[in-house]
Amino acid sequence: MSNYTQLDQSANGGVATVLCCNCGTPMDGSTGMIMCYDCIKLTVDITQGIPREANISFCRNCERFLQPPGQWMRAELESRELLALCLRRLKGLNKVRLVDASFIWTEPHSRRIRIKITVQGEAMTNTIVEQTFEVEYVVIAMQCPDCAKSYTPNTWRATVQIRQKVPHKRTFLYLEQLILRHNAHQDTVSIQESSDGLDFFYSQRNHATKMIDFLTAVVPVKSKRSEELVSQDIHSGSSTYKFAFSVEIVPICRDDLVVLPKKLANSLGNISRLVICSKISNMIQFLDPFTLQKADLQAPIYWREPFPSLCDIPQLIEFIVLDVEPTGDVQGKYVLADITVSREADMGINDNSYYIRSHLGGILHPGDSCLGYFLENSNFNSDLFDSLNDSNIPEVVLVKKHYPRKSKKSKNRNWKLKRMAREHKEIGGNDDSRQAKQDQERAERDYELFLQELEEDDEMRQAINLYKASAPARQADEESEMFDDEDAPEIAIDELLDELDDMNLEDN
Amino acid sequence: MATRTQFENSNEVGVFSKLTNSYALVAVGGSENFYSAFEAELGDVIPIVHSTIAGTRIVGRMTAGNRRGLLVPTQTTDQELMHLRNSLPDTVKIQRVEERLSALGNVICCNDYVALVHPDIERETEELIADVLGVEVFRQTIAGNVLVGSYCSLSNQGGLVHPQTSIQDQDELSSLLQVPLVAGTVNRGSAVVGAGMVVNDWLAVTGSDTTAPENLVVESIFRLQNGKPDDISHNLRDTLIETYS
Repeated sequence: MSNYTQLDQSANGGVATVLCCNCGTPMDGSTGMIMCYDCIKLTVDITQGIPREANISFCRNCERFLQPPGQWMRAELESRELLALCLRRLKGLNKVRLVDASFIWTEPHSRRIRIKITVQGEAMTNTIVEQTFEVEYVVIAMQCPDCAKSYTPNTWRATVQIRQKVPHKRTFLYLEQLILRHNAHQDTVSIQESSDGLDFFYSQRNHATKMIDFLTAVVPVKSKRSEELVSQDIHSGSSTYKFAFSVEIVPICRDDLVVLPKKLANSLGNISRLVICSKISNMIQFLDPFTLQKADLQAPIYWREPFPSLCDIPQLIEFIVLDVEPTGDVQGKYVLADITVSREADMGINDNSYYIRSHLGGILHPGDSCLGYFLENSNFNSDLFDSLNDSNIPEVVLVKKHYPRKSKKSKNRNWKLKRMAREHKEIGGNDDSRQAKQDQERAERDYELFLQELEEDDEMRQAINLYKASAPARQADEESEMFDDEDAPEIAIDELLDELDDMNLEDN
Repeated sequence: MATRTQFENSNEVGVFSKLTNSYALVAVGGSENFYSAFEAELGDVIPIVHSTIAGTRIVGRMTAGNRRGLLVPTQTTDQELMHLRNSLPDTVKIQRVEERLSALGNVICCNDYVALVHPDIERETEELIADVLGVEVFRQTIAGNVLVGSYCSLSNQGGLVHPQTSIQDQDELSSLLQVPLVAGTVNRGSAVVGAGMVVNDWLAVTGSDTTAPENLVVESIFRLQNGKPDDISHNLRDTLIETYS
């Protein structure tokens, strides 16, 4: 199945001095040829050492081809990558010069790949012959080690179970971004989502330890190690264990209202007991909104005597600022002010207004709306709150400024975040579609809130990577938007990164 | 008559044998096949001598000779020389040659009247060749090769030279040798025609790889056809040289 192409037609042009040794045709002997081209073509096969059949391995599950020795590569049928892989599989191709190679169409289910290859090679002295031939590859289906591992239970040696016992997922969304930014998920075998947290699985114990170290550096956690004996060889004394690291994140989030235990408040520089959690790093920072006093609480100290938060973000309600009078105390970005607010829900119904002190004097102006905890009409089922002196409890604690947003806006962000690929663990065989839908909605709402929070807080943004969104069609809506939320903060384009590589788990 | 044979799986017949009009030397081999090939053709016409030269079997490359004489290198032992003397006819002179280029078969190419020799051969050797072999000696190259004995096969009827020899060179050599010459190959394209075959005035022996067209050329130029000796060879040569020149 090969045809030959004559390269040099000058053979017949010179003076014939000798006869071809094979057929007796007169030809020019001065070129050093002892056989005419036709005879060379008939007798010489430069593709002799090249096999006409070869095998390539293919993993049916992840649809990748094996590139020996151990690399699995994704390649489309009839793609350049596949052609390169096929040519690399062919032995003896280095002895000749490859001129051309192309796929011959074959029915994909036949599990055959046929390639037409054109090569040039020296047939005899001073004679270069070009030859075209076909090679057929048999695509052998096999399971790649990655897939084999994913189908085999107990491939992990260590797991890190991160839990935070709060009703929302904000902490985990933030943690996910931190992990992505620091590539801390590199060694994971798989990531599983479970109720109240995430499970990370590792093939080696020290990978898990590395993850723990990372977590203790970025969030206030408590970790506990436990091990399970898998097998033991009493003769050699060696045994295999599985390690589980239970990591619990402090259930206090940013902007939560907290009542500190009396002893702790005293030890934190006699801070007032009713405080706002203003920042979470590897420790918790509390801010007294009435005096601007700050206090840092180390995670180990918290875990010595844990306490819950009093109010968390879902309990925030909207207030309208009526008047702002700065008192003159300034600390960093916080400006202490006496602010008159009234509930947004009360506007136009009654004239109730509250004269309170707040740390948001710098960013609030009359007419703005803000979010805060409305303590006057709240009942708390908390011993700590009950132990507070009743007369000192303010009616309202303002927490942050509120930017009214149109819901449409969320779809038109010029930036985006990366997500980790994760598996959902079915809890208790729960396939109720309504509950699944609810979960989904809640997850979306949490994510949207997280994105808004990012837009409002540049300090938080600095810790994570934001990427340019791939040019959404924003122009159409731009005009209508201009009136609605010119106030709402946006992220400047120079803060965003170009998306260079896809960091999803499936590619690693 | 052109026959094909092999010396122990080697096609280089001219290496292991020497054929002249009055005697033939054949290397001592494991089997007698090679010897038999010569014997079948030559029979009792001329003596066929089993011999070694300087202990080697490459007798064709070590010696040069024609009807009148035989030149052997200095390394030839006295015993070998004595054996040759006893075996060859008395009319054949045997002479040891003190020559640095001791593979005389490679550097000398001769028939009964003329000899082409390597350009660097010593003057004494040249005189010896002229005296012992009774030939006119020309220092020449063939297609740029100094080993004239390897790249040329010569008889009194004609000669076969290296395939890359140009027409001008062939004409020049032909006028020196006074025999027709043609460029060609033996043993399926081998250019070493001197080593690949042996020839005298009525017999050519080539390696068994030699193809029919090659054999045809050999038979034509050395005029070995029994039936119509001249027609084809002249015609062929004319076709080759005149038509395309």
